[in-house]
Amino acid sequence: MLFATAIGIVLSRDLIAVVMLTGIYGFLSASFFVLMDAVDVAFTEAAVGAGISPLLMLLTLAMVGRREKASRSRNFFALMLVVITGALLMIGTFGMPAFGSANAPAHMHVAPRYIEQSGTEIGIPNIVTSVLASYRGFDTFGEVAVIFTAGIGVLSLLMLKPAQRKAPLSNVAKHHKVLRIVSKILIPPILLFALYVQFHGDYGPGGGFQAGVIFAAGIILYTMFFGVDVAQQVVSSAVLRVLAAFGVLLYGSVGLVSMLNGGEFLNYSVLAENPLTGQHIGILVIELGVGITVAAVMVMIFYCFAGQQNKKEEAEE
Amino acid sequence: MTLLMSHYNYWIVVALMMVGFFIVIAQGNLVKKIVGLNIFQTSVFILYISAGKIHGGSAPILNDSITVYSNPLPHVLILTAIVVGIATTALGLALVIRINKAYGTIEESEIQQRDHSC
Amino acid sequence: MNDAIGFLSGTLLLLGSFLIFTGALGVLRFPDTLSRMHAAGVTETLATTLLLMGLMLLAGWSLVLLKLIMILLFILFTSPTSSHALAKAVWRHQQNESKEVRHDA
Repeated sequence: MLFATAIGIVLSRDLIAVVMLTGIYGFLSASFFVLMDAVDVAFTEAAVGAGISPLLMLLTLAMVGRREKASRSRNFFALMLVVITGALLMIGTFGMPAFGSANAPAHMHVAPRYIEQSGTEIGIPNIVTSVLASYRGFDTFGEVAVIFTAGIGVLSLLMLKPAQRKAPLSNVAKHHKVLRIVSKILIPPILLFALYVQFHGDYGPGGGFQAGVIFAAGIILYTMFFGVDVAQQVVSSAVLRVLAAFGVLLYGSVGLVSMLNGGEFLNYSVLAENPLTGQHIGILVIELGVGITVAAVMVMIFYCFAGQQNKKEEAEE
Repeated sequence: MTLLMSHYNYWIVVALMMVGFFIVIAQGNLVKKIVGLNIFQTSVFILYISAGKIHGGSAPILNDSITVYSNPLPHVLILTAIVVGIATTALGLALVIRINKAYGTIEESEIQQRDHSC
Repeated sequence: MNDAIGFLSGTLLLLGSFLIFTGALGVLRFPDTLSRMHAAGVTETLATTLLLMGLMLLAGWSLVLLKLIMILLFILFTSPTSSHALAKAVWRHQQNESKEVRHDA
């Protein structure tokens, strides 16, 4: 089914159809991940690949137009190249271990130690969170930095309008009474759910990224129906910029506090009397930092994209 | 036959990867190229996650009633990869908007024409 | 008692799947956008409700039941709204088209 969707994306000319197919593709991947027992990954992929990605693509399409020109000149050569590469890769896969076997090299070295020891060393049920936040906490720090850098990149490419004193309700919002009322009912549960996912990430699927994306989705929903100007009254761009940096800073400062307490950078065991409590505190704070940065950067990117649309309308008027 | 059953997940991954590859190099529209890149990335995720699955295992959340867990290490790596993927997609789309402003179009052939004729 | 619950939830799940199938068929075969949307709307709201109720019967009195109820409430709120949004967009598009035709004529 994934393959059929991908072929559909190749063949379709209408870009909005391509975006919808991308959303379906992301959703199918998420269901596939659930079948593979990867619940955290499925959660993130569903939120990102079926939520934020098509949304940003639709915003881009609103600026650039929906039809694609036909270009048939280089297709044959590209097809040949693709087929040859595919054949070579397939020959390569014969050396790989069988699907689902428990003796594959991937399961031999580090993973059994994580599975067996994380209960006693860290004490939270979700092994993925404990590996992400504690055993491989440095990688996650880099990841937060990458998100922050992407936010800065988008900010530098597309400017962000500053918040204005008084903002009229945008024209679009006046036409959509039903949507406004329903979104007003839905947004508080969405934000609450985001907080639940954030703090429940230790015990079930969840954690900082998913929570940040869901929180951003709630605010984006508000922005979509009330206009960027009104939304800036609630969550202004200055606040977003500060929050995005604050999350990364929070993460780094946890590491520094660990160093000040005598351990290495990002060693949480020294944060409290009991090493287990120290691990819990460390994981909680850095997940919070990750969630804050992800939410702020996502909303900031959306404001940049949506602000472009407003500028285009103002230029046309 | 057993070869097919035991390796089919890799072949699906290769097929998806090739579709993504084809979109990136052959299609002219920039937004479609970004979508192709997305497909390519997702196929790599599927490769890793399917390599981490153990028959009869369950999700890696500690529970007293379960003995066999699927490997949590690929999940961690792919979580990071998904987030980095969306960061690149967002940045790519912002670049497309700017290119559209500068050149007036997002078809690669027209952009190259305009560059050559300047 | 357990047999009755199992039987009932099985029927609900089957009905839900059947409705999803007919909804997909309708989306493919109906001639007009608005009627296709009717098919899709039925799929989203009614079929999902039946599926979720079937799952709820299987879950019994537990936390899973509460989460399923919340999912059901959320879907009941969002899917009619999305159908409404789609219908409004299609209607506005048709208005614009007829306006353009009138201007040309």
